[in-house]
Amino acid sequence: MPRKISLKPITLLLFLLTFVSFAQDNAQHTGHENADRATEVKQYIQHHLKDSYDFNLFSYTSDSGEEKHFGFPLPVILWDNGLKVFSSSKFHHGEEVAEVDGSFYKIHHSKIYKVEGLNSQIIEDEHHHAINEKPLDFSITKNVFLIFLVFAIMFFMFSKMAKAYKNSNGMPKGTGRFLEPIVLYVRDEIAIPNIGKKHYKRYMSYLLTVFFFVWIVNLFGLTPIGMNLTNNIAVTLCLALITYLITTFSGNKNYWKHIFWMPGVPVPMKIILAPIELLGTIIKPFALMIRLYANITAGHVVLMSIIGMIFLFQNWIGSSLSLLLAFVLAILELLVAALQAYIFTVLSALYFGMAVEEHHDEAH
Amino acid sequence: MGKLFEDFSLGLFFWQAVLFIALIFLLKKFAWKPILDSVNDREEGIKNALASAEKAKLEMQNLQADNEKLLKDARAEREAMLKEARDIKNKMIEDAKGEAQAQASKMITQAQAAIESEKKAAMAELKNHVAGLSLEIAEKVVRTELANKDKQLKLVETMLDEKSLN
Repeated sequence: MPRKISLKPITLLLFLLTFVSFAQDNAQHTGHENADRATEVKQYIQHHLKDSYDFNLFSYTSDSGEEKHFGFPLPVILWDNGLKVFSSSKFHHGEEVAEVDGSFYKIHHSKIYKVEGLNSQIIEDEHHHAINEKPLDFSITKNVFLIFLVFAIMFFMFSKMAKAYKNSNGMPKGTGRFLEPIVLYVRDEIAIPNIGKKHYKRYMSYLLTVFFFVWIVNLFGLTPIGMNLTNNIAVTLCLALITYLITTFSGNKNYWKHIFWMPGVPVPMKIILAPIELLGTIIKPFALMIRLYANITAGHVVLMSIIGMIFLFQNWIGSSLSLLLAFVLAILELLVAALQAYIFTVLSALYFGMAVEEHHDEAH
Repeated sequence: MGKLFEDFSLGLFFWQAVLFIALIFLLKKFAWKPILDSVNDREEGIKNALASAEKAKLEMQNLQADNEKLLKDARAEREAMLKEARDIKNKMIEDAKGEAQAQASKMITQAQAAIESEKKAAMAELKNHVAGLSLEIAEKVVRTELANKDKQLKLVETMLDEKSLN
């Protein structure tokens, strides 16, 4: 009996080895095919990171060679000599030119361009940049749809939570029991230490909203639906811009004095420091914008590349390893989703705190 | 950097700005303000309740101390009263004793005086009696001696001598 048991791992190892050698053999045959597949995965990732005019859950090519899409179209809103509203189904998933009131539009790299006629193509320059005219685009794209969705979720969730307090004599109910510690965490660990007990109340609404918004949006980005809002520079720019505007408009005398005429340093230094400090006020929110954008984008690219490797390896050791790695990374991304929301909120609070800081004695 | 500008979508920026700012104000009115207010109220309530409990405890301690003091006072007062009563009792006994003694001595003196006076009266009576007796004897002697003159005279003389000795 013992001999039989000791044999088992060896057979397994042998089996593995033969399989690997078989797979390598196989890979040599299909080297060309694999390169194609790599490009396909790369394109898919790039496509995934981009916005889209349809709400496309998934698509596949059927046996008859016909491409099938599962999802629904979203409204396209253009300003091109007047408001033009139509369904994105007119583009047939970006394959066809849409004709609206005598104008023709085509999707090229997830952007709408104006074209001459039904059969005309996008004209590209030598850098593969389209030179066609771009109409002002206010479409409800997939990402805008997500903003609406998160808007509705947050409004519903938190107004319900607020109502529960009123009905139960100041005690949280249901989801409120989970959310209240987070709200209190934002107040006690983010707002009060960074801004101070005197001023923090004014900024609570923004800090709480931005924290939960970024967090929920990041979490949506991790779902297989594939809606990524925070890897759009427009979104992080908007958030960082609001932080910048709030900081600038709540800056007191002391704040501006530290920027333009730094106390406690010699006069030539004051002159050198002023432009640096002034630039710093812009760099700070700029860093906020880039940090959130880059972290989420990088996370998505890495995660999707590792998932893509499952299809490239073509053998079950490599693929299962990729799967394991993807699983671990997905958990890490869950952490990053919360962490980036936290960092954005903490830094915003820190900047507000700097803006409202009271004047100290010159001792420091 | 160029890619960033290329990817920048004005439409997304527009919607994000509009919806996000609207969300801040909506949540402020319908969620954050009521939530933070009720959490604040609750925290204040807990703080107040704790403070009042502490105060009640202190009051209780004070009350207990007061009670103790009262009890001590009462005990001391009782002691004092008892002591006073004892003193009064002792004094009364003393007084009564003194009075009785005085009365007794007074009575004794009175009795002594009475005895003295009785004695004096008895002595006077005795003297009178003796005088009467003497007179009788004298009468008898006189009568007999009158018969026997010389002899009787001698006898009277001796008898008188004897009597005066008594």
